[in-house]
Amino acid sequence: MTKHDMSWVEIGQLTDIPKQGSRVVRTPRGDLAVFRSIDDEVFALWDRCPHKGGPLSQGIVHGRNVTCPLHNWVINLEDGTVQGPDEGCARGVAVRLEGGRILIDGAALAGNAA
Amino acid sequence: MTSPAKQKLVIVGNGMAPGRMLEHLLEAAPERFEITIFNAEPRVNYDRIMLSPVLSGEKAYEDIVIHDDAWYEGHGIRLLKGARVTGIDRSAKTVTAADGTVAAYDKLVVATGSGPIVIPVPGHKLPGVVAYRDLDDVEAMLAAAGKGGHAVVIGGGLLGLEAAAGLKMRGMEVTVLHLMGHLMERQLDPAAGYLLERSMEARGIRIITRANTHAIVGESHVEAVRLDDDTEIPADLVVMAVGIRPAAELAREAGIEAGRGVLVDDAMLTSDPDILAIGECVEHRGICYGLVAPLYEMAKVAAKTLIGEEAAYGGSVTATKLKVTGVDLYSAGDFAEAEGREEIVLRDAAAGVYKRLVLESNRIIGVVLYGETADGPWFFDLLKKGTDVTELRDTLIFGQAYQGGAQLDPMAAVAALPDDAEICGCNGISKGTIVKAIREKGLTALAEVRAHTKASASCGTCTGLVEQLMQLTLGDAYSKSAVEPVCGCTDLGHDDVRRLIVAKELKSIPALMQELEWRSSGGCAKCRPALNYYLLATWPEEYRDDGQSRFVNERVHANIQKNGLYSVVPRMWGGLTNPTELRAIADVADKFAIPMVKMTGGQRVDLVGVKKEDLPAIWADLSKVGLVSGHAYGKALRTVKTCVGSTWCRFGTQDAMGLGIKLEKSLWGSWTPAKVKLAVSGCPRNCSESTCKDVGIICVDSGYEIHYAGAAGLDIKGTEVLCHAKTEEETVEIVAALIQLYREQGRYLERIYKWAKRVGEESIKEAVVDDLDKRRALVERFAISQKHAQDDPWAARARGADAHEFAPLYDFAKLEAAE
Repeated sequence: MTKHDMSWVEIGQLTDIPKQGSRVVRTPRGDLAVFRSIDDEVFALWDRCPHKGGPLSQGIVHGRNVTCPLHNWVINLEDGTVQGPDEGCARGVAVRLEGGRILIDGAALAGNAA
Repeated sequence: MTSPAKQKLVIVGNGMAPGRMLEHLLEAAPERFEITIFNAEPRVNYDRIMLSPVLSGEKAYEDIVIHDDAWYEGHGIRLLKGARVTGIDRSAKTVTAADGTVAAYDKLVVATGSGPIVIPVPGHKLPGVVAYRDLDDVEAMLAAAGKGGHAVVIGGGLLGLEAAAGLKMRGMEVTVLHLMGHLMERQLDPAAGYLLERSMEARGIRIITRANTHAIVGESHVEAVRLDDDTEIPADLVVMAVGIRPAAELAREAGIEAGRGVLVDDAMLTSDPDILAIGECVEHRGICYGLVAPLYEMAKVAAKTLIGEEAAYGGSVTATKLKVTGVDLYSAGDFAEAEGREEIVLRDAAAGVYKRLVLESNRIIGVVLYGETADGPWFFDLLKKGTDVTELRDTLIFGQAYQGGAQLDPMAAVAALPDDAEICGCNGISKGTIVKAIREKGLTALAEVRAHTKASASCGTCTGLVEQLMQLTLGDAYSKSAVEPVCGCTDLGHDDVRRLIVAKELKSIPALMQELEWRSSGGCAKCRPALNYYLLATWPEEYRDDGQSRFVNERVHANIQKNGLYSVVPRMWGGLTNPTELRAIADVADKFAIPMVKMTGGQRVDLVGVKKEDLPAIWADLSKVGLVSGHAYGKALRTVKTCVGSTWCRFGTQDAMGLGIKLEKSLWGSWTPAKVKLAVSGCPRNCSESTCKDVGIICVDSGYEIHYAGAAGLDIKGTEVLCHAKTEEETVEIVAALIQLYREQGRYLERIYKWAKRVGEESIKEAVVDDLDKRRALVERFAISQKHAQDDPWAARARGADAHEFAPLYDFAKLEAAE
């Protein structure tokens, strides 16, 4: 994949997502799960577990991990890697906080589904 | 039929020593005596060494009762509660109580125990000054602790420190005043005393050593304690825990020989051959004992003497453990420095470990262990046997695991113990006795081992050792689930966590993780749902449910499917529905294009393949005809399956549907450790399959058979019969009590049949069937919890609750469409 220029798009406020929770952003490339950790960090992963496609946005968020609701795979929110004995990687999208506003890399959302 | 006249046995005092003596006596000669007990306390016999856990809230009074009323009744023993004996007439062979009761005896046992030593400083009689000897004292302390404020404990010995820790856990500011230079100076050397002091201070308890109390100050109630150096320490409560003194006055006044205590010989006989004495009130070979192990040995000897068998008590060497949660301390024997004594010391300041062995002529005569006490019983065994340790000397201090090999496995240490090694110090139970009982009686649960051998049944600190013995004896057949931690975030097991939630009044997940030293920040997907449930079940009126700690199904009140769509199952009370409900369900299926409508196994309708964002609108439509959540997604009451019963069936004996509906209305909405399924069958043909449910009712002509603990999932198991009830009301009450007990004791995700197996069916039956007071208390607690739980979560969400859960944060597609 070639590098592209980032274009930050505001998708909501930090407070729109519960602490240790997640919400979905609908995009042309499919659902994106945006997570908020207990320490108010935000992360964004495509809402598909590398195992069987489970919606990660519906899992329990703990530390910088989320546990998939379907078969309890644990996915690291920073880089999407699967923790523990299982293997795999969920893909993410750049996201940042600007004074309580959540911005994601809009350029990553364009184009065909992953 | 005539039988020889029974001898009259009168016992003065109803503490642990006479309680144990009676057990031995009734086992050996159940018909020999007509027994009367005078108890100055207005209650039955309880485990006095467990008063500290009662004070700290880790146990309740009911948990420490040794013999309940039914036990006395069952053995035909006359127990006079609240009857203090004021005189013994040895020539008439009678005793007289303060209330005028007179009882004649052939044999008399004096077991008057001991009284607290009260320092006669000015103000010692002020209200707010208490001792620490019996349940009344504990209740007085709890009443004071309820108001908060400052507590001063005078005495830094075993009892004083346990009282201090308990009061601190109850939320008081606590100061301990100790006369000597370091805490527990009779059991500890100064170094261990210092470590203990630091550990108590780390808990927020202030310790002042070399503190000589000058006066207790106050007008109508205690206000402060003044020391010799004029320091004043504010106090709303003063606990005197400076020591005990044998209560020998009654015997002395009756002309029985007494020194510090009532003098007894090795057979436990006093100077009067018809009068025995046991327990803390006696003086044997110049020694008065205040620990439970010697008292139990005396009890055994006294029982034999009473039935004419020869037995002799040879005195005891005692070991001490401090029962303060989180402090590991063990001491035994003599450790004063003296000519000809050597010592071996191991210090690990970083780990907070201190071990000291005192040797004389190559034999251990004293042991002090702090921070790591697992080897205590091994050292104590070497001490009591006077084993020559010359060969072990180099590695002795490292403990048993280092002897004769490099194994560090704690199991190896237990395996290496000789058969006569003492495991349970309180009850004097050896390893051999426990192993024999496990093998011969086929015991597989800790509770059974306790019941059969009494090992770990008193203070409980040897529980770990007993479990290791079970593991050793049973191998893989024993699952040590009792100590399995909740998850990788902690070493605590489920039961410990539940106990500490109560004891430390933890009311939120962050508070719990902080207090119980969770290793992860914010827990994990395994512990959070469990903690959320425990907090909810413990504090139904205060705890705020944490949706983020619930599995998705319980958070969104629908069942997630493999493709991320959901299923919706409305409640159909007792499996009944009607055209209006069915029409609403059909309309919803059409309106939201739900791809599948299926019957569940529990007599309900399942709408499968629902989009998450449609859920609130679907619920709104279903609510209009009165349909509510069926909790098919939750660790909660699922379904109550019924047959048509006497309403339609020619074999039906009772109104099965009616009872099913009543049960479902009583139980719906409650959160439980795991799912709960019920069924009611109208006759023993059992068409509702009641005998494989968590709770199943089988109607019979004479009423209702209540079954429980069945399973038909991963395991298949027929139910156990709990009891027979005469009316519907009684059935509903007993089932509610059963569910509440399960809610209070069950480990998260533990189904009823597993819980019942773990805690024992007897204990369940006792609480929900036999003991009406306990049953009512359970029903009452259930009702309080249900007040907050019976609120339809679907209707609430249809009205807008948790709206963020069902709508996307942002929708690029909509944005584009709008543009």
